Amino acid sequence: MSHSDHHIERNSLAAKVEKEVEVKAQKCYQCGKCSAGCPVAEDMDFPPSMVLRMLQTELPANDEKILKSHSIWLCVTCEMCLTRCPMEIDIPSMMDYLRQKSRSEGKANPKAKNIIAFHKSFLSSIKHTGRLFELGLIIDYKRQSLNLFQDAGLAPKMISRGKLHFMPEKLKDMAHIAKIFKNTSK
Amino acid sequence: MKIGIYPGCSLEGSARDYNESVFALAKAFDIEPVQIPDWNCCGATAAHNLNKELSLALPARILALAEKHGVDEILVPCAACYSRLVVTKHELQKHPELKNRICEVIEMDYKGTSKIINVIEWIDKYIIPKLEEKVKKPFNYKVACYYGCLLVRPNKVLNYDRVEDPQTMDVVMSKIGATAIDFAFKTECCGAGLSISRTDIVSKLSGKIIEDAEHRGADAIIVACPMCHSNLDMRRPDINKYWNKEFNIPVIFVTQAIGLAVGLTPAQVGLKRHFVEVKIS
Repeated sequence: MSHSDHHIERNSLAAKVEKEVEVKAQKCYQCGKCSAGCPVAEDMDFPPSMVLRMLQTELPANDEKILKSHSIWLCVTCEMCLTRCPMEIDIPSMMDYLRQKSRSEGKANPKAKNIIAFHKSFLSSIKHTGRLFELGLIIDYKRQSLNLFQDAGLAPKMISRGKLHFMPEKLKDMAHIAKIFKNTSK
Repeated sequence: MKIGIYPGCSLEGSARDYNESVFALAKAFDIEPVQIPDWNCCGATAAHNLNKELSLALPARILALAEKHGVDEILVPCAACYSRLVVTKHELQKHPELKNRICEVIEMDYKGTSKIINVIEWIDKYIIPKLEEKVKKPFNYKVACYYGCLLVRPNKVLNYDRVEDPQTMDVVMSKIGATAIDFAFKTECCGAGLSISRTDIVSKLSGKIIEDAEHRGADAIIVACPMCHSNLDMRRPDINKYWNKEFNIPVIFVTQAIGLAVGLTPAQVGLKRHFVEVKIS
């Protein structure tokens, strides 16, 4: 099999990342600067440089580990890795792609349950009011995550400082927001 | 030239103090920023984590609205919104097909003609030239200017300031009499959007920033992002518990510090709304 034939047949996660977000994992030479600068690397199961190394193997077992990893959800998109990467590999964009793929294939790590619940509550808030309604977000997140007592002391302190509204501020053209959500729903 | 403002959601809620200081400062300098009519949320972290198209469409609607109303320059005080808007503009410029697709999604024309500026750029351009004559009460404190992530990164897209050791905020603070100290955590992440879902990580990361600023003798940490502010200020009880310390350094928005220097009261710039008491003023 020639090299070009091999290229056409690639069905690995690395190939999909390359096609969808123009990020070439193969460019990584494992200097480790991304993992060294990553603020959440120590909480990850695989630090960013290891995710890249696993992608490079193009083995289905490794692809599976990545999509099921906690790491992709812990990434906070601080962009430090991209800034320091000598090969300018856009790891944050890659992480966005991996998160969406992980979810669409039902592979999201159970440990990331609360992180995902928060994002979902956030988008649901925007969908209904066009702008973030913080109180609504907190209530919906508590419902989704079942962390009913988390931050119970925070809300009264926010209210006394005028930092928490009781009513959402709706946009005039909510139909437009609804349409945008509809047009981008997969 | 028409200058608009995109406050973003947090400035209407948990970062009301920031909003008050931006508008109070603008007023003190006879500037009247006009809100982009009927603006929506930029989608923030949630959108780009879960849905790429949505993460571009929401900011695109804001930019298209600005164009429609003839806004040449948009001030975006929230560093996170600023990043989403600039990244969207960049992506749509780079990928014409994607731009067409997003225009279909939002059913609006979008050209990418409005300039997007962050709060430091706005201060540089509109406040600094008239600042000297207006300073009534020099801000004679040692400050740690904390830029966080999204004001400076991704640097190739934002094209703003030095990425590892930015200086713009330090320079602005020096103009009101402050001494900006050398500070190792200038651009380290505070934990950002994990504030509610992983408060432990935010407490750890934000605590490191605060510890370094206090250790180096700063009287205050200066910020230009509502997310950084809420993590460093509102999350202080969690941070102190996590580190078993009593950190009490205040966290002040750059616009609040300038406001105080030009004679605005602590209440006018929203200082009374902070969680960590601000004893300097």
